[in-house]
Amino acid sequence: MSALITDIPVQSTSSTPFKFSSKDLQSDQEVRWCPGCGDYSILAQAQRIMPDLGIPKHKIVFVSGIGCSSRFPYYMNTYGFHGIHGRATSIASGVKLAQPDLSVWVVTGDGDGMSIGGNHLIHLLRRNIDVNILLFNNQIYGLTKGQYSPTSEKGKVTKSTPHGSLDYPFNPISLALGASATFAARTLDRDQKHLQSILKRAAEHVGTSFIEIYQNCSVFNDGAFFQFTDKEVKDDTVVFLEHGKPLLFGKEKDKGIRLNGFTPEIISLKDGKFSVNDLLVHNEKDTTLSFILADMTYHSNLPRPVGVFLSIERPTYEAEMQRQIEFYKEKQGEGIIEELLNSGDTWTIQ
Amino acid sequence: MAEKTPQLLDEVTIRFAGDSGDGMQLTGTQFTNTAAFLGNDLSTFPDYPAEIRAPQGTTNGVSGFQIHFGSVEINTPGDFCDVLVAMNAAALKVNLHGLLKGGSIIVNLDGFNDKNLKLAGYTANPLRDGSLSNYQVFEVDITKLTTIALQEMNLSSKLVDRSKNFFALGMMYWMYNLPLETTLHWINEKFGNKPDIRDANTRVLKAGWNYSETTEIFKVRYHVAPAKLAPGRYRNITGNQAAAWGLMTAAKKAKLDLFLGSYPITPASEILHELSLHKNFGVKTFQAEDEIAGITSAIGASFAGALGSTTTSGPGLALKTEALGLAVMVELPLVVVDVQRGGPSTGLPTKTEQADLLQAVYGRNGEAPIPVIAAATPSDCFNAVFESARIAIKYMTPVICLSDGYLGNGSEPWLIPKLENLPDIAPAFRTNPEGFLPYSRDEVTLARPWAIPGTPGLEHRIGGLEKKNLDGNIDYSPKNHDLMTHLRANKIAGIVNDIPLAEIEGDQSGDVLVVGWGSTYGAIRTAVQRHRLKGHSVSHLHLRYIHPMQKNVGELLSQFKTILVPELNLGQLIKILRSTYLIPAIGYNKIMGLPFQSEEIENKIDEILQGNKQ
Repeated sequence: MSALITDIPVQSTSSTPFKFSSKDLQSDQEVRWCPGCGDYSILAQAQRIMPDLGIPKHKIVFVSGIGCSSRFPYYMNTYGFHGIHGRATSIASGVKLAQPDLSVWVVTGDGDGMSIGGNHLIHLLRRNIDVNILLFNNQIYGLTKGQYSPTSEKGKVTKSTPHGSLDYPFNPISLALGASATFAARTLDRDQKHLQSILKRAAEHVGTSFIEIYQNCSVFNDGAFFQFTDKEVKDDTVVFLEHGKPLLFGKEKDKGIRLNGFTPEIISLKDGKFSVNDLLVHNEKDTTLSFILADMTYHSNLPRPVGVFLSIERPTYEAEMQRQIEFYKEKQGEGIIEELLNSGDTWTIQ
Repeated sequence: MAEKTPQLLDEVTIRFAGDSGDGMQLTGTQFTNTAAFLGNDLSTFPDYPAEIRAPQGTTNGVSGFQIHFGSVEINTPGDFCDVLVAMNAAALKVNLHGLLKGGSIIVNLDGFNDKNLKLAGYTANPLRDGSLSNYQVFEVDITKLTTIALQEMNLSSKLVDRSKNFFALGMMYWMYNLPLETTLHWINEKFGNKPDIRDANTRVLKAGWNYSETTEIFKVRYHVAPAKLAPGRYRNITGNQAAAWGLMTAAKKAKLDLFLGSYPITPASEILHELSLHKNFGVKTFQAEDEIAGITSAIGASFAGALGSTTTSGPGLALKTEALGLAVMVELPLVVVDVQRGGPSTGLPTKTEQADLLQAVYGRNGEAPIPVIAAATPSDCFNAVFESARIAIKYMTPVICLSDGYLGNGSEPWLIPKLENLPDIAPAFRTNPEGFLPYSRDEVTLARPWAIPGTPGLEHRIGGLEKKNLDGNIDYSPKNHDLMTHLRANKIAGIVNDIPLAEIEGDQSGDVLVVGWGSTYGAIRTAVQRHRLKGHSVSHLHLRYIHPMQKNVGELLSQFKTILVPELNLGQLIKILRSTYLIPAIGYNKIMGLPFQSEEIENKIDEILQGNKQ
């Protein structure tokens, strides 16, 4: 396809072709999420960072499945594909494999991505196709009006679980790491700066980037993440992961995480017994460590880790696919259909 | 002494049968390639069990390969065989009913020892109890003769055992006066870097030939002259290979990259295998994690400007249902090849059936019309797939191409087409942003523009929600939905103006018109020809376009007293014919996992002709 793309004449007449602003990314469609929905912030941050990525607008594709978050592409003035439930990841795989130079983004939710579309999600991650996955996690089914989701906490009372849900929730980061993700991060709808920085990191990462975004559903699960976003408490409930830095948290930065064997535990730096040097230092290249940090997620006595858990390099599927094609074109010569049809044992009738 | 001059035959049917580990498919394929290379017309039918290695020696594990070849027109793999090669007792038990009375049986004596007889469920040895007195039986200790032929080579007993099919092949080459060269050449190519296997197979093949030449076991030798096929260059081809090449050729004609998203499924996997070989053509094959990912990745690839395709069989088509609706809604080109098998559910994976027709035409939620095209013979899979791609690209629509297990695995000589004689395919990529509307339509075809990501100024959104006419934005309004539903239906219905009229084989009016579709072509053609030779007023109409149906079908049907519709299902095409044309067609149905025999259809026509007389 690449040959065809280069044939397309450049339309812009300005000296800086394809430069665009955040405003250019707003489509003519009215945004119809509920008031107070976390999706607004995510859309705004995505529109904010896109112009800085150095990618022309017409090379950007947003693909989604079904659910509240999956309306996202309609509000983004790039190429967009609103797919069917759970299949955004496999549609995006096809887009990227057909045209590897596109910047492909998947917008999905905890239901779309991990329930109906769980299979495609894990396979995309292991293949490491260079697609950026934004998983909006609101721990509830919004569009179908309030049933529990695969990330809802056990015992969740919803319309479909009036006596409390029985299933144990997925931890999306652990799931992604278990599927051999090369980039896994967690961020929050209400922390604009952090969200922007993680989106940029995902865009820069070559390979599948998986971002879990804690997103507030103001109607069916309001406040699910307030403990991690409220000013009053968040310093004590969240630990930000930064490469090469110790795991320090608390309003006074007087607490931290250290490893006791393989088990993370909180230590206080206040009484002089421990110093910063005793703390666990984050290394986003360390796969083993990423699993340990991800596992902190549902431990109520530990702060919630947020940030980049893992960012490692592994060849992408599409690069390997292209490499095979080039190799065999080189080795066997560019295929000629007539020769193929006439290959093998043939005979001629006069 | 065997006759020096072989006896001339017009046509012969041979069935090779043995344990699934005996290499019968390979033996049959080699015989086929040799006969094809010498210019015979032919048709083959591989018949193998679903189990990769069913318990050895049992009837469950019998694998068969039937080839019908001749100097005359050959349309089917043959109703009955003239010669049965039975490598063991189970193979005889399973296949004896398909042998002509008076036909020949060549048995491997070693396969009829007490153990094998017991495994096959025989209480008495059929070679000794007189039950085969209606046949000519040739007993050959193939295992022992193979072992002797390989004595000096010090090979493992496993390798020796695996070579014995070449002994049988050598005997058959002698019997039908066929040269060894094609197979010798193949052995050299295939096992060039495994000299042990190469030499063993070569030796055993020649031993089988020499044994027949010197022992005078066979009293007669036969010769089948080349067939009078249309001039040109030929090769033998299976339906699945033809389908793969049809996709590649269509992509080449359209100057598109070919993308295949597919999940392995019997009997369609060979298309995936074949396409995976051709990296140097830039073919992108993607073995997806499931059927749904197969089709949705193909839809994604089409969105990005490739020719998206997916290949499957019945259960897989069922899983792709929702995505097919998406492809209808987003109006992107997509070729779906369904190699049908016995159903329902997992059904009979390795057996053939035509029971997906209604699924293909109607099996979706909402009003989701999709063109459906059926291949008639193995080599016709090339044309049917090519035509599917042409329509998919020109009309921006998914197209379902129906093949089946019998076509996919079966083979026949194929007059290799010239690229320049195939229709052009010109995808209409939109590049001009001026006045661009994603759901505007071509006046003639009603196709929407193909505006692919990467094109400056054409940024737009598509999806499964109902869209507003022209601009494609989400729109739930009643009138718009009505309009869009009609537009999508009219676009597909309008394809009738772009396809040739249906043609009848035989007279244009008369007593009986046999209407078929898909792989029943050969059996119906033969049956109708036999009746016509007897002077009966019988004609044949074979439908390639299942949906939409060609404009003149109703007119053609109206010229006959009786319409007979043979199908390998409980009556699916007939439902469409009855409801569309309000005709009292008669169905003839077979659901045994096997193709029709010409004789069965011939008898059914007889029955109708008799009934009409009364």
